[in-house]
Amino acid sequence: MQARRDFAPGLVLDARKRSTMRERIVAAPEPAQVFVLLDQGDGRRGTPCVREGERVRQGAAIARADDGPGADLHAPVAGRIRSIGPHENLREAGPGIVIDNDGSDERDSRWEPCPDADSLDPDDLIERIRGGGIVGLGGALYPTAAKLAQGRDRSVTHLVLNGAECEPWICCDDALMRETPGEVVRGAQLMLRACGAAKCTIAIEDDKAEAGAALEAALAAAGDARLSLAVLPAVYPAGAERQLLTAVTGLEVPQHAWPPAIGLLCQNVGTAVAIARLMRTGEPLIRRIVTVTGSGVAHPGNLDARIGTPIAELIAAAGGYAGAPRRLWFGGSMTGRALPDDAWPLTSAMNCIVAATAADLRAPAQAEQACIRCGDCARVCPAGLLPQELHRAVRSRDEMLLERFGLADCIECGCCDYVCPSAIPLVERFRQERVAMRERAAEAARAKAARLHFEHRERRLAELEADRRREFEDARRRARDSSRDGG
Amino acid sequence: MNPETLALIGGAIVLALALGGTLGWAATRMPRDADGLVERINALLPQTQCGQCLYPGCRPYAAAIASGEADLDRCPPGGAVTAQAIARLLDRPPKSPDPSYGTTKPRQVAWIDEARCTGCARCLPACPVDAIVGAPRLMHTVIAAQCTGCELCIAPCPVDCIELRAVTAAPPSQPLAAGC
Amino acid sequence: MRFETAPAPHVVAGFTVPRVMFLVLLALAPAAVAHVVVFGPGLLLQFAVAAPVALGCEAAALALRRRPALPALRDGSVLVTAALLAICLPPLLPWWLTALGTAVAVLLGKHVYGGLGYNPFNPAMVGYAVLLISFPVAMTRWPLTGAELDWPTLARLTIHSFYSGVPPPDLSWDAWTGATALDALRTGLRQRLTLQEIRAGAPFGVLGAAGFVWVNLAALAGGLFLLRRGIVRWQIPAALLAGLALPAALAQALDPGGHPGALFHLFSGATMLGAFFIATDPVSAATSDRGRLIYGAGIGFLTWIIRRWGSYPDGVAFAVLLMNLAAPLIDRLTIPRIYGQTRD
Repeated sequence: MQARRDFAPGLVLDARKRSTMRERIVAAPEPAQVFVLLDQGDGRRGTPCVREGERVRQGAAIARADDGPGADLHAPVAGRIRSIGPHENLREAGPGIVIDNDGSDERDSRWEPCPDADSLDPDDLIERIRGGGIVGLGGALYPTAAKLAQGRDRSVTHLVLNGAECEPWICCDDALMRETPGEVVRGAQLMLRACGAAKCTIAIEDDKAEAGAALEAALAAAGDARLSLAVLPAVYPAGAERQLLTAVTGLEVPQHAWPPAIGLLCQNVGTAVAIARLMRTGEPLIRRIVTVTGSGVAHPGNLDARIGTPIAELIAAAGGYAGAPRRLWFGGSMTGRALPDDAWPLTSAMNCIVAATAADLRAPAQAEQACIRCGDCARVCPAGLLPQELHRAVRSRDEMLLERFGLADCIECGCCDYVCPSAIPLVERFRQERVAMRERAAEAARAKAARLHFEHRERRLAELEADRRREFEDARRRARDSSRDGG
Repeated sequence: MNPETLALIGGAIVLALALGGTLGWAATRMPRDADGLVERINALLPQTQCGQCLYPGCRPYAAAIASGEADLDRCPPGGAVTAQAIARLLDRPPKSPDPSYGTTKPRQVAWIDEARCTGCARCLPACPVDAIVGAPRLMHTVIAAQCTGCELCIAPCPVDCIELRAVTAAPPSQPLAAGC
Repeated sequence: MRFETAPAPHVVAGFTVPRVMFLVLLALAPAAVAHVVVFGPGLLLQFAVAAPVALGCEAAALALRRRPALPALRDGSVLVTAALLAICLPPLLPWWLTALGTAVAVLLGKHVYGGLGYNPFNPAMVGYAVLLISFPVAMTRWPLTGAELDWPTLARLTIHSFYSGVPPPDLSWDAWTGATALDALRTGLRQRLTLQEIRAGAPFGVLGAAGFVWVNLAALAGGLFLLRRGIVRWQIPAALLAGLALPAALAQALDPGGHPGALFHLFSGATMLGAFFIATDPVSAATSDRGRLIYGAGIGFLTWIIRRWGSYPDGVAFAVLLMNLAAPLIDRLTIPRIYGQTRD
């Protein structure tokens, strides 16, 4: 756990995954009940298309994406819809659909393998991916079909598959690449067809020797000259999208723009495998590989689990709790979000569940103090920001300074927090301020729209008034003329 | 005190008066960017167009603040944030909104209960931003995205079918972070 | 099963401000030892006054500001200020002047601006500068260094001067104190003596100023230790030393008789202390890497100018304070490029 000794940003962290990286993927037992959350992050929410009491088959669509980019949700198990809306015991998780598993595993009739996927029209391919509800499995949950379509529209030339998995604890992608490298390669080929890129690079970190070897073998077997493997140094956050793209291609994604602007597209390897499975068996997104680990778990490992499985059951499948776990979070140790209850269900955003004991945690050794401007945070920031200046700007809520120092460009990786000697919770502050900034921007946009409507209305009423006056003048003139003429 | 010192002090006083007077006179003669100021104050107002400030809209109120006719504490929808922003713009001491002009409420939009609406169309001209769609004897509805919550449509409705509903916040977004 | 929740990151590196301050004090130890060996026990007495006064002033200021005192006192930053001030002050200084300087440093140099993290000026240098300008004679009275050094007598002189401000009856200022090398240099150049003639006077040693050269070497060792541990970064020390050495070397090349050259400047006065301990105070320095290079170079250059043409023998304190003034502007002009930003 030390800052890098050269001048490039980022941190070299203790990976905490040596033992889990040796484990094979284990299928988690099917849960008796699943709770599929409707929220998909960033304000996207699915609208249920089933009713309570209705019986659904595995893989049937249970929620549709509302306007804007979103993905359909499918039933992870066959059974009866128990409830739709907030869960009675878990209101804080938000609304979702509870399905009681009837154990039949009956598959929805729409599940159809697609053997000739390679000759499908790219738009049809994207449509199938959309119908399968595939979303980015790296954690951001962005609908894959929409992303591929955007890539197609912007004529991207280079697809990069993110297998870096740079954050401590997470190794589900590593397991996937070790055990099913062929599916990764297949998924890459399908994505290339969908987005129209000319080549694809699979990027991994250099601490994944076994996965690298497996992928090399799979690539050799496939013999597709468009695909290649890139091995990057194991530095956090090498797997952050922009930093990864720069490390692989040497190009930089411009500020306020997205990768397709420079002809690049990035997807997670788990997403690629989900697409390959969709084409091979017709199965929509109803499961994912999740690393269940931490010193608070008896037998850490990688589980193949259904979406909506209660986390408590996943932990039980991994041998149950060990020691005295104090904190439960999903994700890695740098950006993981803590969960208050292990009844919370697995979502497609969760790549790793960590039950941490006190040994796995290291809180700041002291209460928060004033910033001493040591500059260590700036040294490690992968986005090239000055967190100490941002902190000052956030405290004074100075919009001009926030823009000058690039708060919008913060990727919330946590490197600055990690090194701060004054124990300032930088990422928390930045995240809150970014939310506040977005709200202020939305407020300003609303106010502007209201002003334009008001001004338009004033003009409209003024014109009406002018028309009326003109008609009145005309009528009066006509009356005068006629009375003059008439008598 | 010798004559030299007196002369120095006198000269300094004369110089100060002369320069100060010139500057003051120049300030009155310089063209005032009045319109620009009104625009800038208007940009800080929430554009609710509710009239609680007793002016027919946000821009007239902004003009009144710029000309000194009205104080900057009259905007309830803007709340303390707006009052402080205007105070900072005009370099005046900040002021809390005056409650006699109304209370600051959280963001709300109007909603027409379609079961009770009679289609009388009296609410249509009341809305300052044309957020109500409808026609006489046809159903009326409020375009929620356009409604500023100004409450001007409540009074004209003869069957009290319009109510204000608080806007629920969007679910919090996931962190951008790694994706790795 | 319920769990506590907390925001990410769930693991941090564990660096703390007290640890940084402790390592700085540790790194000062060699320089302190050299100081005591060369100049007598004055440093210990000065620190014995400065430290409690600093802690007391900080506690009083925090009480006045209604802040909790214990966390701030525990972080050790005020002890570093006291230590730096003690090592910069002449060892013969009477205790009341040390106390005054420390109080000014902590109250006017730090707490008036908001305490740790908010001071625009280096607090130790503020205290030093105030003392230097107000009490120029006492502040330029350093013990003679050279062959006739007799440590026990020096100790007696120091203790007596420390308590009462005057030497003991049997000793005199003239016999035991004299100009430092930088002082002699300044006076000599004013009198148009050549470097040869100035050098022939007592305080010049082999490398630089006699006596001071050991303190500088020890400070350099401590500074390299801090560099190795990552407590200070290389930009400020390197830029400061370059900013001092390059003009000095250039001047000597152009006029060998009138300028002592880079090596002399590097190892005399408070150069090394300034480079590694004083200028590197992160709160008052520039914050970006490029900014720190400019900041350090500015201090070095100003130090050389003040030493060459200024009225005070050592320019480090004033150079630091002047560049502290410039630091916000330097920061403004050296914002590093954000990922994805195109400079137009």
